[in-house]
Amino acid sequence: MTRTEPMLRVMDLHAKVAGKEILRGIDLEVGAGEVHAIMGPNGSGKSTFAQVLAGRETFEVTKGEVLYQGKDLLALSPEERAVAGIFMAFQYPVEIPGVGNLYFLRTALNALRKRRGEEELDAMDFLALAKERMKLVAMDESFTGRSVNEGFSGGEKKRNEIFQMAVLDPKLAILDETDSGLDIDALRTVASGVNSLRSKDRAMIVITHYQRLLEYIVPDRVHVMGSGRIVRSGGRELALELEQKGYAQVEGRPTVSGRAGGEAAQ
Amino acid sequence: MSTTAKTVEAAVNREYEWGFVTDIEADALAPGLNEDIIRLISSKKNEPEFMLEWRLRAYRHWVKMDKGAGEPRWANVTHPPIDYQSIVYYSAPKQSMVPGSLEEVDPKLLQTFEKLGIPLGEQKRLTGVAVDAVFDSVSVATTFKGKLAELGIIFCSFSEAVQHHPDLIETYLGSVVPYTDNFFASLNSAVFTDGSFCYIPKGVRCPMELSTYFRINAAGSGQFERTLIVADEGSYVSYLEGCTAPMRDENQLHAAVVELVALDNAQIKYATIQNWYAGDQEGRGGIYNFVTKRGKCVGRRSKISWTQVETGSAITWKYPSVILQGDDSVGEFHSVALTNNYQQADTGTKMIHIGKNTRSTILSKGISAGHGQNTYRGLVKIQKGATGSRNYTQCDSLLLGQRCGAHTMPYIEVKNTSSQVEHEASTSKIGEDQLFYCTQRGISEEDAVSMIVNGFCREVFKELPMEFAVEAQKLLSVSLEGSIG
Repeated sequence: MTRTEPMLRVMDLHAKVAGKEILRGIDLEVGAGEVHAIMGPNGSGKSTFAQVLAGRETFEVTKGEVLYQGKDLLALSPEERAVAGIFMAFQYPVEIPGVGNLYFLRTALNALRKRRGEEELDAMDFLALAKERMKLVAMDESFTGRSVNEGFSGGEKKRNEIFQMAVLDPKLAILDETDSGLDIDALRTVASGVNSLRSKDRAMIVITHYQRLLEYIVPDRVHVMGSGRIVRSGGRELALELEQKGYAQVEGRPTVSGRAGGEAAQ
Repeated sequence: MSTTAKTVEAAVNREYEWGFVTDIEADALAPGLNEDIIRLISSKKNEPEFMLEWRLRAYRHWVKMDKGAGEPRWANVTHPPIDYQSIVYYSAPKQSMVPGSLEEVDPKLLQTFEKLGIPLGEQKRLTGVAVDAVFDSVSVATTFKGKLAELGIIFCSFSEAVQHHPDLIETYLGSVVPYTDNFFASLNSAVFTDGSFCYIPKGVRCPMELSTYFRINAAGSGQFERTLIVADEGSYVSYLEGCTAPMRDENQLHAAVVELVALDNAQIKYATIQNWYAGDQEGRGGIYNFVTKRGKCVGRRSKISWTQVETGSAITWKYPSVILQGDDSVGEFHSVALTNNYQQADTGTKMIHIGKNTRSTILSKGISAGHGQNTYRGLVKIQKGATGSRNYTQCDSLLLGQRCGAHTMPYIEVKNTSSQVEHEASTSKIGEDQLFYCTQRGISEEDAVSMIVNGFCREVFKELPMEFAVEAQKLLSVSLEGSIG
């Protein structure tokens, strides 16, 4: 029996911004139903990796390949990637003054549905869906009348990201430091929202600086990034090891990933 | 160029859909301006003597200004000199002088307005909105006149008001904008040909929106109309004007005057959706929109609100203002001004506080795209006797692209110590981060730009009557297409 193609396959991905190389050869495979955690110190390239997968134009891919559901992901625009089922929860969710939170989300959902050849939801059906999904992250209704992320607390912004994910129902969700700036209660709320969205059809890449989040969202695989590469991969226990020893020691070890040690350190 | 810029630029080339010309025979005077022309206009309109006298006084004043300093030069706009002798000052579609009913109106005119989305026929007319339709120099039809008359409301063309209500005209004409006010107001006073007149009697709340739709059609002509609205004690009226013109390579002059008078406890809401032809992408053609609009809160606790959405015209020069004379009166100005391609706008307001405890609010949203230049110019003047007065001003500018400009020029004069003035201003760009946030969620860049701009204008749009708010949003999206470069 041949092994099934993973949902996402990243091969030797290099990317730079403003002339500076940030990603220096990432290899990663993520299968449907899996949750992968990517950890690493500040500046290791975690957020860049997330944004390159989502298609942000400020980053230039200089080398490598990304296959998503067997197709060339890098050839797609950000909205085409969204249509294909990719969602990124932003580390710093953006404010859009004057645009209602629900109006924004309905526009997004209907844009996706239209592009997928599905029927658009009318206001009533959408509201019913939104109200149901709001419960996952314990958002109250006062949230709905406000402008997108405007005047939201840090915790509200992160919950709003997970709420959007719950409504847009992606196949591959990339959570970029969704835990940063959250107190423990907010962290639990967000994590339980994420856990309720785990399914055998959906893959998740959870980017985090701290092990703490992974106590609530238990990953299938843990990867450690350093200097634009994945320097170690392992199971859940790797996160605990990091917690005890810190990044410096873990990074210094030979990597599990075959490629990453290949080039000389700079 | 990034793909973002390209997407937006590709969208820019949408045609101005109101740019058609109606082929209709016109009764027009030869170009040129002198006392004979003014006498001719006055006699064509069969005006009483006081009107001709007033026009001539205005004309003589204008001639002095024209020979002196000429056009105002302080505005942040540039244009080649205007040859006032080459303009046709009167052009009317040929038909029986004043049509008694809609059946007498030339079907071509009715078709024109229908094409513009303003059906005038009994069956199809907009519900809840009474319309006065002005085509070049004359009003061609006014709907719902009879129904309004039952309430004592007078809503008719200016020409008709001069014939049937000369006393009201004589009392209020020039009472807010005197013919000496400024260069373009003087010119308008001398040569204005029509416009709308509205009088709301004591204690009457006008049950429908009143509106005037201005259409320029003839080539080489200018449009000089005048609107006068008088709200008697305790009355209320909401009024809306819209405007379009054909696409031509030459610039055409539109110099209008609007005067509003609010007596004790009266309220006037005046909204404008200005969509004159803006010129092409290279800045050829378009309307010079040089307009004087002013309201006077004569009475105590009266209120005048201006709301404008300015998306058209090659050049916009207008400052809808409020003179707050009555104690406790309120003035408001809400504005969205958009300049794309080579459009220029110098617009804002004047709030003149004279009465005690008067209040004013200014909310200005300027959007610049392409090579557009957008200036907010505002005066808040609180006189010595206007004790306990307040003003709040907020001016926000949004820049799309690298080649446009936004300028804010607030003037504040406060002559007493018990008043309070606040001014807030901001300038922002549509961020790459905002666009990426939208596109990551599946919204196209074009829709994202339009959504962000509409969000930026939301506080102003909510001041518009419902049906026009939707129209304004659409108009903004169309005017913006291809605007990031």
